[in-house]
Amino acid sequence: MDLTTFLIQCLNSVQYGLLLFLVASGLTLIFGIMGVINLAHGSFYMVGAYLAFALASLTGSLLIALPLGLVLAVALGYLLEWVFFSYLYERDHLQQVLMTFGLILVAEELRSLLAGDDVHGVPMPDFLSGAVAIGNGMTYPVYRLALSLVCLGVAAGIWWVIRRTKLGMMVRAGATNREMVQSLGINITLLYRVVFAAGVALAVLAGMLAAPVSSVYPKMGDGVLILCFVIVVIGGIGSIQGAMLAALLIGFVDTFGKVFWQEGAGAMVYLAMAVILLWKPEGLFKAG
Amino acid sequence: MNFATTLARTLIATAVAGLCALPATAQEKIKVGFMLPYTGTYAALGVAIENGFRQYVDEQGGKLGGKAVEYVKVDDESDPSKAADNANKLVKRDNVDVMVGTVHSGVAMAMAKVAKDNNTLLLVANAGADAITGPLCAPNVFRSSFSNWQPGYAMGKVAADRKIKTAVTLTWKYAAGDESVRGFKEGFEAGGGKVLKELNLPFPNVEFQALLTEIASIKPDAVYVFFAGGGAPKLMKDWAAAGLKDKIQLIGAGFLTDGTIEAAGGAAEGLLTTLHYADDLTNAKDRAFRLQYAKTYKLQPDVYAVQGYDAAQMLGAGLVAVKGDLKNRDGLVKAIESAKIDSPRGPFTLSKAHNPVQDLYLRKVVGKLNKNEGVAVKGLADPARGCKAS
Amino acid sequence: MTTASKTTGLGWLLLFAALAVFPLLPEPIGSKFHTELLSKVMILSIFAASLQLLVGFTGLVSLGHAAFFGLGGYMVAMLAPPDGPGNGWLLLGAALAGAAALSLLIGALVMRTKGIYFIMVTLAFTQLVFFVFHDTKIAGGSDGAYVYFKPEFTLGGVRLLDLDNSRTFFWFVLGALALTLGVLALLLRSRFGHALVGIQHNEQRMRAAGYATLLYKLGSFVAGGTLAGLGGFLYAVQYGFVTPEILSWHHSGNALVMIILGGLGSLGGAVAGAFVFVLLGEGFQTLTKHWQLLLGGFVILSVALLPQGLAGAIAQGRSRLARRRAPTATEPAQDVTQGAQA
Repeated sequence: MDLTTFLIQCLNSVQYGLLLFLVASGLTLIFGIMGVINLAHGSFYMVGAYLAFALASLTGSLLIALPLGLVLAVALGYLLEWVFFSYLYERDHLQQVLMTFGLILVAEELRSLLAGDDVHGVPMPDFLSGAVAIGNGMTYPVYRLALSLVCLGVAAGIWWVIRRTKLGMMVRAGATNREMVQSLGINITLLYRVVFAAGVALAVLAGMLAAPVSSVYPKMGDGVLILCFVIVVIGGIGSIQGAMLAALLIGFVDTFGKVFWQEGAGAMVYLAMAVILLWKPEGLFKAG
Repeated sequence: MNFATTLARTLIATAVAGLCALPATAQEKIKVGFMLPYTGTYAALGVAIENGFRQYVDEQGGKLGGKAVEYVKVDDESDPSKAADNANKLVKRDNVDVMVGTVHSGVAMAMAKVAKDNNTLLLVANAGADAITGPLCAPNVFRSSFSNWQPGYAMGKVAADRKIKTAVTLTWKYAAGDESVRGFKEGFEAGGGKVLKELNLPFPNVEFQALLTEIASIKPDAVYVFFAGGGAPKLMKDWAAAGLKDKIQLIGAGFLTDGTIEAAGGAAEGLLTTLHYADDLTNAKDRAFRLQYAKTYKLQPDVYAVQGYDAAQMLGAGLVAVKGDLKNRDGLVKAIESAKIDSPRGPFTLSKAHNPVQDLYLRKVVGKLNKNEGVAVKGLADPARGCKAS
Repeated sequence: MTTASKTTGLGWLLLFAALAVFPLLPEPIGSKFHTELLSKVMILSIFAASLQLLVGFTGLVSLGHAAFFGLGGYMVAMLAPPDGPGNGWLLLGAALAGAAALSLLIGALVMRTKGIYFIMVTLAFTQLVFFVFHDTKIAGGSDGAYVYFKPEFTLGGVRLLDLDNSRTFFWFVLGALALTLGVLALLLRSRFGHALVGIQHNEQRMRAAGYATLLYKLGSFVAGGTLAGLGGFLYAVQYGFVTPEILSWHHSGNALVMIILGGLGSLGGAVAGAFVFVLLGEGFQTLTKHWQLLLGGFVILSVALLPQGLAGAIAQGRSRLARRRAPTATEPAQDVTQGAQA
């Protein structure tokens, strides 16, 4: 493999990893702060993709669809937490697993009812649809570069909020010691609702951004869901930097795996997860 | 404790499930069971097959062999893991007289097994799994479409004839993809070409990026692909977006461009494919078929609609010969075997393994149509390896 | 023998008697379709009961149980000869041995993890096994593998059962279910079983009392895994067809739903849960194309409203009834344990 190809595959790995990070960051927050296992997180990703399709068709532009979709996502997250998820906090993990398992089925059927069962493509904005020359006659799609940059930007934003704002402080405290935060008089209900809405919004954003490159189709949340759990558990539940590291790791294993050993690529990811968990059962990083 | 309740619940639930299933209907009708994908990447294909089938029956006044036709549908979701259950439902719960389906080759193989085990008549209206007219062949299983090998082999021959020296193949990793590539390799390497690498990704994944990068670095003369349904336009668009359109020739089995040209935006323009159908054939049957289809369904027909239409023709031919008597299975089978089907694709007959022996056309995408550039291989029969047909 | 365990025994007897008679009932109740459907349900009951040992009695919430079920099925598909019926004894043995070996291997690796990490690491391993069968050429990949002829069980040259006959197969599965439940019941009644329940309640105390809790948990994991392999064997024989789906976490999740529906810590609950889950699913499918909406909603509601499952709800009802009849409290004979600790 020559240097240019290697570089491009690295770019592919990073882009894939960053996208997964976006979805996984939402999951690790929800999991870490509220202690809720949400198997339906992949469904939010799917919602994002379908939102991108619907809103882009309506407004004619993905760029306009993005902020619209985000607003809707935050509203959806807020509503869902209020109506459904807030009841899961006191339940044990098994019950959470099962109730969100049921939620996946419901979400798929709602998608079928509202958006049909066909596969859809989402056009990318014109100014992003070209390719840049990397050298040696190879090119790389501009959209994917933009995608990576946006994900990095969001990651930086999350880091800033978590590390430099009061809200972030509360989130970190909540991840390490929930009862203490409550006893300090912080409105835990509101905090949970905000964190949940943020988690949903991140997953929806990922789905919207990915829609032009991955297409929009039924059950698209499935593959992402499992990888998200892998990332969250490897990285350490509640840890954002852990999620970033794990997501990039998965991106590289998956991309290079596909190129070098296609048959083993799928299994490699889980092998890595098993090995890391047996070495560090609580994941690579602590919460916060 | 709760075991009496378990007992009660079991009996009640079974009764409910049993009552929900309607008993078999009277003898004067023919029950056709569609097992097709109505969800997922192949949904449009499933709908087209059903439309084509129904069109022929409607043209005969809703009757085949003098008997009225009634339909039952099952959505197989292109999911092999549910295929046996779904096929069993049609055969044992709904008691259909004939099964028609499906698109996905893995699903069709499960259907063929169920049909063989229960001696139900099966008309495969798309799935090209070589095994169906190979090791799984049976007197009660017919195919109105193709075997995965046929278009692949034809394209391989065309590529070798056009002096293409090296190729890389790319497809989904399942029966249809593997067999299509195998056919291509056979035709291509027989003509002096060499396949450098065989790439694939899991069905129905469409994340091609890493593989396209790999292809760009290998720099073959051409890349042969097998994709269909929702994945096909995605590939064509990604291919163009990766800047490969002018550098490496993209060739494929015709499913790449059948029914997908519009979804691909301009990315399909100029692509060469091989298939047993084209959008501008000049025979009268095709013109009439296309007109009627567009009128009835407000859509342009594609190869899947033709295959559905021809499945109905084959069934009709059989039923007419036995005057609608389904009990005369042997007569029915013999009639279909010896039938010459006047298809919109051109007339075809069936091989001993019950697969169409047909012309494969070379097509080029011009505007919105796959234009016929000439016959690539005439009267191509699938070698039917492993079929123990008498 | 207490009244409660007498009615328990009677209940089981009634259930098995009713099931045994079922295929002989006239059409359309005793039809081939219904017989095969109930065979499928009983096979899944075996799967659910084997998982109940882990989740409901040992407190090991595993999302990876399908790996053993699936491996049992795949052993049959891989070893069955393509041109004639295979040796039933051999195939059954291979399925059980394979499932036992895999559960021993995976169990040894995961037993040190706890709580949510245990759930996740069992998930990782089942996905690993899934991808091995899905992506490699070991057995047909994503399209699945076939068992072209039903295996034969012969003794001294004489064929014992014609498994092609759906009734014979039904009774064969019924026997397997009875065997599974019998083995599990005996296991749970033994010292080993009591130790498992003790570990579920308080592992630290058990360890302090001198029990090698890790070994006991591993034993439970392997016993459950092997019985799941039996389920897989029967599944492969019934359909003649296995796909990687039976190895997936979705399948494990379905089994979890069944046992929580029926009630944790109750073998009867596992069976009841399997019956209700599968038959309801079938019923919903005949009602609407969007049946998963109903099923998903049902799962959510029953977990929300009946966290103890059917068995728990009935136990509660019974104790309420008993309290109303006799003001002095009488404890229900069977302990319905709460959900697994996280």
